[in-house]
Amino acid sequence: MMMNWFSTSLRRVCLTLILTGVYVVIANVVFPEGSIFHVSSYTVNLLGKYLCYALLALSLDLVWGYCGIMSLGHGAFFALGGYAMGMYLMRQIGDRGVYGNPILPDFMVFLDWSSLPWFWSGTDSFIWTLFLVMAVPGVLAFIFGVMAFRSKVSGVYLSIMTQAMTYALMLAFFRNEMGFGGNNGLTDFKDILGFSLQSNNTRLVLFMLTVITLLVAYYVCDKIVTCKAGKVVLGIRDSERRVSFVGYNTVSFKVFLFTFSAILAGIAGALYVPQVGIINPGEFSPINSIEIVIWVAIGGRGTLYGAIVGALVVSFAKSKLTGLMPEAWLFALGGLFVLVTLFMPKGIVGLINNPEARQALINKLSLRLARKKGA
Amino acid sequence: MNYPKPDTTHGVILYMEDVSVSFDGFKALNNLNLYINDGELRCLIGANGAGKTTLMDVITGMTRPDAGTVNFGQNIDLLKLNQEQIARYGIGRKFQKPTVFEALTVYENLYLSLHMDKRLWATLLHKLSGEQRDDIDQVLETIGLVSMRNRYAGELSHGQKQWLEIGMLLAAKPRLLLVDEPAAGLTVQEVERTAELLTSLAGEHSVVVVEHDMSFVRSIAKTVTVLHQGSVLAEGSMDYVQSHPEVKRVYLGEEGV
Repeated sequence: MMMNWFSTSLRRVCLTLILTGVYVVIANVVFPEGSIFHVSSYTVNLLGKYLCYALLALSLDLVWGYCGIMSLGHGAFFALGGYAMGMYLMRQIGDRGVYGNPILPDFMVFLDWSSLPWFWSGTDSFIWTLFLVMAVPGVLAFIFGVMAFRSKVSGVYLSIMTQAMTYALMLAFFRNEMGFGGNNGLTDFKDILGFSLQSNNTRLVLFMLTVITLLVAYYVCDKIVTCKAGKVVLGIRDSERRVSFVGYNTVSFKVFLFTFSAILAGIAGALYVPQVGIINPGEFSPINSIEIVIWVAIGGRGTLYGAIVGALVVSFAKSKLTGLMPEAWLFALGGLFVLVTLFMPKGIVGLINNPEARQALINKLSLRLARKKGA
Repeated sequence: MNYPKPDTTHGVILYMEDVSVSFDGFKALNNLNLYINDGELRCLIGANGAGKTTLMDVITGMTRPDAGTVNFGQNIDLLKLNQEQIARYGIGRKFQKPTVFEALTVYENLYLSLHMDKRLWATLLHKLSGEQRDDIDQVLETIGLVSMRNRYAGELSHGQKQWLEIGMLLAAKPRLLLVDEPAAGLTVQEVERTAELLTSLAGEHSVVVVEHDMSFVRSIAKTVTVLHQGSVLAEGSMDYVQSHPEVKRVYLGEEGV
């Protein structure tokens, strides 16, 4: 069973993703507007955004679902990846900004800065940007992980620390002196690698890149959780002490997984920013990170595809509901989280995959009803 | 990853000399001296608070003694090593409450426990070799769980979990096994099987068993060490210690065995 190269769920997810990706692209390009088969550019863009969320959810599920590390700061890694990409996109604007400065982005001219801060150097190179997208979240997660896991911080304390980390970063990025555009963040992007971000083709390519990245990430995550190290990680989740008695250095496994997960989150952020056209400190806000946890919980943690399902379902629900009644969304989200925790501990996919879980839910609900009637 | 082997040319695998541990003034171990011979099966008995668990904790690196020396063979100073290193050098411990990995299958539990390079990269890239499969099969045979190999460990009975945990220790090919209350909570048949299993392990491994169940101790032990207030009160055959006046007074008398 564990030797299977291509587990069935892996095959299913890959197939679904490829088919969806191909269909969306064809439907957008081939079918004319007005045809019932046509997928609008707006929808393509929206889907691309949701797939970035799916990648982010995948990264959290890897540490939370498989290793029990409930990070409430994954939004920070996502935002850092996004900012790294945002810096590159700012540099691509060149002299087309409001102030027409060929080197400095508008907000720096506005702040009367005469030259780029040191950390902006090299950001006009796409390759360097790709490196930053992975390295910045990765290094932060590595340092954070080494310090936290070495001192055996775990459980709710670790969650609080990650939450504090993203909050601190948010406050820092709000400051103009940080050199990331302060409150407004980075926006008004024009091109990526010389291709206009407004053009439909660029958006299609970005969408396809997101699909491919999610595919590759899913494949790698699947390999990690099914290989021997994945079993060690599951062991750590259930009994860390036992794992160290068996002779594994649990800290190195946790640091590795946390760092890898942060890099995935960073890549998700980098794919997200060119598709939405803005990155600002709001992405660091604690509520964002909590939302990721809710996606994973609702989808079904501990199954990689559950994370993807959760991110997609909740994001669609969010876009529908915020359209109808914007102020109700947070209540709906909170309510959903409570309901899922109470009635569907394995999330949506747990309910679909497992007839026992389905039966248990029905029993639970009918018991409640019976009790109510009795009272 | 070749760790030095314990030097047992004098026939002794574990030396504990003048070991003292205190917690907030309470002396959990008090100038304890204990020698375990290579390949023997030793039982440790003693009332609650006699220091049995602390002794295990010291050997496995969970507790650092205030004074004394602990050597694995003549050459390895255990006090200089951490938990993982001690495990890798060949000392396995079974806890009182069985702690198997419930989310993994019986087979995977043993797979993780195999004697091999356990560093991160080696583990990420590892593939089972034929020889390792044979090792796992052999352990499954020894602990009698061949038919359960693909079941999740969480589905096993209490007794089966105890055996699986002993199997996990065996897969790591340890020289010294520390076993904490293996008979607790088992049915009579399970106790018998556990006794057989432990006796069959002695010889190739050295085994130290901590146990409360006196009939169980009698059925497996050749040598019994009685702990009292953190030091060794008596040591010898079961008959010898049971007739020992001090032991009768402080331990057997109280417990009414």
